[in-house]
Amino acid sequence: MSRTTADPLPLRVIEPRAGWAPVDWAELWEFRELLGFLVWRDVKLRYKQTVLGAVWAVLQPAATMLMFTLLFGRWAKMPSDGLPYSVFAFAGLIPWTFFANGLSGAAFSLSGNTHLISKVYFPRLLIALSSLGTGLLDLLVALSVMLAMMVWFGIAPTAHLAALPIFVALTAAMAFGIGSALAAMCALYRDVRYVIPLVVQLWMFASPVIYPLGFVPEGWRWAFYLNPLVGAIDGFRSALLGLPFNWPAIAAAWAVAIAICGAGLSYFRRVERRLADFI
Amino acid sequence: MQTSRSAREGLKALHGTPFEASEQSIPVTPAIRVVGVSKRYQLGQTDAADGSLRERLVDLAKAPVRRMRHLSGGAGAAESFWALDDVAFDVQPGEVAGVIGRNGAGKSTLLKILSRITDPTRGRIELRGRVASLLEVGTGFHPDLTGRENVFLNGAILGMGRAEIRRKFDAIVDFAEVAKFIETPVKHYSSGMYLRLAFAVAAHLDGEILLVDEVLAVGDAAFQRKCLDKMQEVSRGGRAVLFISHNMAAVAALCSRAIVLEGGRVMADAPVADAVRSYLEHHLAEAAAGWQLGGIRRAGDDLGDRVSLRHVAAVMARRDGFLFGEALHFRVCVHARARLDHVRCAIGLDNIYGGRVVTFTSDPEEVSVLPGLCYEFDVSVPPFGLLPGKYLLSASLLSGEQYHDYLVHFGAIRVLPIDVGGEPRDEARIDQGPIAVRSIWLASEREGMPA
Repeated sequence: MSRTTADPLPLRVIEPRAGWAPVDWAELWEFRELLGFLVWRDVKLRYKQTVLGAVWAVLQPAATMLMFTLLFGRWAKMPSDGLPYSVFAFAGLIPWTFFANGLSGAAFSLSGNTHLISKVYFPRLLIALSSLGTGLLDLLVALSVMLAMMVWFGIAPTAHLAALPIFVALTAAMAFGIGSALAAMCALYRDVRYVIPLVVQLWMFASPVIYPLGFVPEGWRWAFYLNPLVGAIDGFRSALLGLPFNWPAIAAAWAVAIAICGAGLSYFRRVERRLADFI
Repeated sequence: MQTSRSAREGLKALHGTPFEASEQSIPVTPAIRVVGVSKRYQLGQTDAADGSLRERLVDLAKAPVRRMRHLSGGAGAAESFWALDDVAFDVQPGEVAGVIGRNGAGKSTLLKILSRITDPTRGRIELRGRVASLLEVGTGFHPDLTGRENVFLNGAILGMGRAEIRRKFDAIVDFAEVAKFIETPVKHYSSGMYLRLAFAVAAHLDGEILLVDEVLAVGDAAFQRKCLDKMQEVSRGGRAVLFISHNMAAVAALCSRAIVLEGGRVMADAPVADAVRSYLEHHLAEAAAGWQLGGIRRAGDDLGDRVSLRHVAAVMARRDGFLFGEALHFRVCVHARARLDHVRCAIGLDNIYGGRVVTFTSDPEEVSVLPGLCYEFDVSVPPFGLLPGKYLLSASLLSGEQYHDYLVHFGAIRVLPIDVGGEPRDEARIDQGPIAVRSIWLASEREGMPA
């Protein structure tokens, strides 16, 4: 509106692209408002379509926690690092739910938004990224329930709590990196969508959600650390409940997460430009 | 080689237009510059969307073999087709250029490439300025969100910032005429309201370059007019507009220049009237709309007993209707079961309210029919100023004053809102009658005698 003729107009060049392209973070930043709107849309729709709204954010992990407490805590007598099993399990379920929902949300984000992708340009990563938004909100709601539980069981938070955002970021990076790679595959191959729920389910049992890290035999632990969710979930629980940090697991988790995230995003970028021709 | 030649031709065509010469005195960098753009679709590749991972894995295993075969003989080339082939043109700031062509000519592919939805296979495009691209109205509208929420969401998707939408919000709602329902979920809107709101957001897009697909074909006539006016307002602001459509009338009304695409190539690039004419001439294959009348039940018991209407065809240069100012041409097939003299055939045109506009009747002296034979009446009507619109067809057969067959409103023809020269013409209006006649007027001043 206020542009004068003296302003040089931005020049955009469109040319064929080939090969691997790095993630264009500057462009993502440029579109941050759209990201906000997409998250806002998802949150808004969640509250419009459901009667219980935010309660689902609590109910989903809480119900799982109750079930696991009965199944693994009472019946199977699963160790829980000397804490009440329900608190122990819930502290693991919060990051796990965030990861699982974020991963499937991102994976299905492209195929669920084909009407946008075939009609408007924006960095396609945005749509995968935005699907983490509601999960983050759910995580905050679940955390407040967790704090209430800690008060109930008389567990005081420690200075470890300050490290919590690190593990949330780690989990988010994992969900985003793997999720966007899966999203690209999902757009190309219909099979992938059936594999995802299965993999997610198995992955939970391969991660210390319902059992402590100490439950894994010493000799196998190094292999276990290669699963970056081990560091993320164990670290999240330690930060929340003031348990000692497992540094090798955390370091391994970050290393693997960064590698996976880099590979996942690169693959997405590679597929991205052909996307509109496929879907 | 080919690329640069075609680009030069595109430029030459541009500079030849009178529009260019009269309105651009100082050389301006084009807002849109398209140079040698091609887009290839791999037929096998598009199928992969429905394919499975297994097929992909099999493909992957076969890839080295295929690559070798490709190198040796190039057998795989048949699997691809070029949706765009070496397309080049420029659009200057302030210019409204149309892209016309039949389905599959490459119009939409071109717009998708310009909008960055898909990449070109070859070539280069330079866009100078902010691009507002509009492939459909209401992209991202969600039925459960309110009008207000959808304005913000859709605005953001189309590239507006939060502050910008907030600033324009009242204007958008005013334009859409939905102020009363702005807090209602759009799923409760009528389809007209929905489209008005969707277009209102789009109409308020800023940007030095506006890319518009066929989105004006929606909404009621009054709102369409409003949108056209708004778009013209946009172009007066010095913006470059590329308007893609196969609606000749809309292109002729909106654009100063048109690019004709045919099979992915630029067929013509000229002032809009010339481009539209060349497009029409190119598609001047004789087309006819025909109506089988043999099996239709007649209103009266003895109608069609002695001689009956078999088939009526409207013979047109174009499949969708007559152009304004074009001769009308009908062909009537008749089947006789008895001997009759002085047979007349008549065709009537009614307006859509059923009021008779005009009747064409054949000469009574000419035709006698014999039983068992078929006859063909050919009538051609010189241009008589029939205005654009839809007209209902009736036909009858008589001898003397007796009706032998009579069918009312068995079909309809259309006169397109565009004249034979490619210029737009308004549709007939109920308060002004269906026929435009050239009339000569003189006005002079008379002294004295007020009132």
